[in-house]
Amino acid sequence: MSRHQAVRNLDYQNELDDYEGYSEEEDELSPEDRALMEQGKAAVREALANQASKVTTTQIEEALWHYYYDVDKTVAYLISKFIDPPKKTPKAVLESNAGKKQVDTAGKKGKKKTDSSADGVANGVGALKIEDAPLPKSKNLDVLSEFHNSKSKKTASFVVVGHVDAGKSTMMGRLLLDLGVVEQRTVDKLRQEADKIGKKSFALAWVLDQRTEERSRGVTIDIATNRFETDTTLFTILDAPGHQDFIPNMIAGASQADFAILVIDASTGAFESGLKGQTREHSLLIRSMGVSRIIVAVNKLDTVGWSVERFNEIKNQVSGFLSATGFQAKNISFVPLSGLHGDNLVRRSSDSAASWYTGATLVEELENSEPSARALAKPLRMTIAEVFRTQQSPLSIAGRLDAGSLQMGDAILVQPSGEKAYIKSLQVDEAPADWAVAGQNAALHLSNIDPIHVRVGDIICDPAKPINCLDTFTLKALAFDFLMPMQVDVHRGRLHVAGRIEVITGLLDKVTGAVTKKKPKIVKPASVARIVVKLESKVPLEAGQRVVLRSGGQTVAAGLLE
Amino acid sequence: MRFVSKKQTIQGVDAETGVALLPVEPEDMWHANNLIAIEDIVKAHAVRKVVQESSTGSTHTERVHTDLTIAVTSTFFDPAASALHVSGRVIRENDFVNVGQYHTLDLELNRPFTLWKLHGWDSVALQTLSEAVSDDKPDALVAVVMQEGLANICLITEFQTVIKQKVESSVPKKRSSAKDTAGGMAAFYEKTMTNMLRAVDFNNPRPLLLASPGFVAQDFRTYMQTEGAKRADKKLQRIARDAVVVHSSTGHVHSLNEILKSPEVQATMRDKRFTNETGLMDQFYERLRKDDGRAWYGVKPVEKAVAEGAVGRGGGVLLINNSFFRSLDIPTRKKYVALVDKVKEEGGEAKVLSSDHESGQRLDALGGIAAILTYPIFDLDEEDEEDGGEGEEKMLGSEGETTVI
Repeated sequence: MSRHQAVRNLDYQNELDDYEGYSEEEDELSPEDRALMEQGKAAVREALANQASKVTTTQIEEALWHYYYDVDKTVAYLISKFIDPPKKTPKAVLESNAGKKQVDTAGKKGKKKTDSSADGVANGVGALKIEDAPLPKSKNLDVLSEFHNSKSKKTASFVVVGHVDAGKSTMMGRLLLDLGVVEQRTVDKLRQEADKIGKKSFALAWVLDQRTEERSRGVTIDIATNRFETDTTLFTILDAPGHQDFIPNMIAGASQADFAILVIDASTGAFESGLKGQTREHSLLIRSMGVSRIIVAVNKLDTVGWSVERFNEIKNQVSGFLSATGFQAKNISFVPLSGLHGDNLVRRSSDSAASWYTGATLVEELENSEPSARALAKPLRMTIAEVFRTQQSPLSIAGRLDAGSLQMGDAILVQPSGEKAYIKSLQVDEAPADWAVAGQNAALHLSNIDPIHVRVGDIICDPAKPINCLDTFTLKALAFDFLMPMQVDVHRGRLHVAGRIEVITGLLDKVTGAVTKKKPKIVKPASVARIVVKLESKVPLEAGQRVVLRSGGQTVAAGLLE
Repeated sequence: MRFVSKKQTIQGVDAETGVALLPVEPEDMWHANNLIAIEDIVKAHAVRKVVQESSTGSTHTERVHTDLTIAVTSTFFDPAASALHVSGRVIRENDFVNVGQYHTLDLELNRPFTLWKLHGWDSVALQTLSEAVSDDKPDALVAVVMQEGLANICLITEFQTVIKQKVESSVPKKRSSAKDTAGGMAAFYEKTMTNMLRAVDFNNPRPLLLASPGFVAQDFRTYMQTEGAKRADKKLQRIARDAVVVHSSTGHVHSLNEILKSPEVQATMRDKRFTNETGLMDQFYERLRKDDGRAWYGVKPVEKAVAEGAVGRGGGVLLINNSFFRSLDIPTRKKYVALVDKVKEEGGEAKVLSSDHESGQRLDALGGIAAILTYPIFDLDEEDEEDGGEGEEKMLGSEGETTVI
């Protein structure tokens, strides 16, 4: 019985060898063939012009080989086979494309259908077929020069952080109301609704807290984004949740911010408990996320009669603590205010007890803050903060561009799924736009991709310079708590994965970065160490990114990827 | 697991005659996986495809049921299916198979197998056996660890944590209207609930833990209650009523550690093995934080500490992952068994943690072995540094072995 098997094996082996030999001969082109092939390829590409991207090099090569390097025949074949769907004639394609061009230059989406159907009934039917819709057209703009030439206002985003119930959402609600972004009518309506469930004082916060759970429980759960304009700047508010359980959401917000407002509850007892709680953790987090400018809003000062002593006491304690955290004194400013009544937010306080304060209001302080430098020239990176459906596209994503630029019609790569998509259209700060650059908040409407490949926390990048997906990385970390080989959650923006510290390579000197101890057993708080982290799954990460490690509901370390 | 013969006892186990065992429930496969080591001899029922050749040269193939005896070369355990595959070379010839041919035995429930250990039954193997044949088995615990858009449905038995199903669902965020978010959450709860009911058998009441940060678990329970009322489904209502909601900081599986520590769980499951193990691991981490020289991890420091007799009477605990005793070569296994025996001899506690539990995974992160000493020793790792590169290499080697497992 075994002999049979042996014979069979032998034959198979021989066959395999033969086949390999055969295929090798086939693949080898003679030098003159190769030259012809190169010439032919170039000619075919030229003939196809902007359609060339739709056929692969192999397809062209195969067609050329088949037609003995006859360029005309090859082009005709390629158009009929790959570029033009079987039902349409090449002529129809050209015509409907011409129609598209007109529409694109006119810049009106709605006209597209009528235009192409006017070309003729047959063409119209072809153009309306959704699967055959041509890829979005790029205007081939030089985005960076467009950006420098545009005279638009500067944009900046800031995150509002602080201990739970410090009044972050209420303060922002009041800010939006005073600036006229939200109408009094809306707030009155909210107040009525809030009154119904006995939470009248929450009405202003409800401007931002729109989810049913947030309203019924009176806490912010997720980041709320909102916009307002001053004379010089277009601001994006990221209202972060203060509750400890929702710190992952707060990290997501902080990663999109240029600077931060730290809200502190000045009322008796609340400040002290906040300093132990999230006031501390949030300021550590925003500093380790790379935010260097911080405005401390000393809120609810009206409840202590606008006491200067209280304000100074808080100022001293907080500034001491913030400089220990790594903020420079010149980047910290303090504003005494009342978020509920709106004193010193947009307008100065009219309360005579508050007349001692002559400094800037919160909005003035915001305008004085310079947004951090943008990585405009780097390859495109954008973290997806939200995935949703719109009328423009079944798959729209929103987020802040971390680096680089993009424009309508660009091909993009979604990592970690590795799927390619095209930008059908985009919006910057809610307004339709042709391009977006680093630092802006954009919403992209995508085509040619299945929604299952796109998740919150994924990264959009340039297909030519993609970001790699890693499951093990080295981190230069600043420890906030004891570190040892243990299980941790790794956060980077919206990205949130489970992993573990595998090896502690060494303790580092804080100033010089030299290794002071190899393979320590444990890393003590406030020391710097190089650690290797292993993740459960591959995620897009690259050197120079900032990540936060948490464990058991506590932030244990933050650091820079190496 | 049961002994096939009623007369068989654990004391009566000897290397010569072998032990005949009968797996009766899926968890027994996990025990069998821990019992069967490389170079052991296993005799079990097998189905083998046999090709027979007649005198004219024509062949015909047939599947035969036979008993095969193999010397084990490797084992493969699939926790999700509770299936154990044991590969090895046949050592006893019969009508269909020659000596030296390879075969992979698929151990089946309710079919006995016999196990011989050529190198004898050491203390760790005997303990594993006594755990395996113990009748006193508490119910498995179902835990759903969740956060917005992510749920892990786990089954925690006494010896392992099996992730039955991971549910992921994208929930629209704030940009969309509040209605979308609520709808997204409802869809997520529905998905989690159907998956849970499909993955776990709730016909007999069993404890259910719902854990999440924030309000997700609480809302999920409410969702189950309303759905149960809506569908007039008594079973669902009962499950929702009996569910215990606890807090965890994330929806990842490793949050189970926090959950098992929570007072709600401690109250109902105080004396389960896994809560004890979690407690021990916490104790170890606590000591490590204090850096009082009484907590050490990694093969080398622990070996040294045991050799010095520092893990003994009065609070000495040796924690070692059971993956260390599985599929390692005989001398290495013997070394670790000696370690365990030595600690027991000195009056210390030697705990073999299940690497399939969260506590075991935490220990795995520490290199699979750790010890709490009776008195502080501070220089256990400093000698390592003097050793220089050699010591490091050895450490890496042992780590490599554990990851292969």
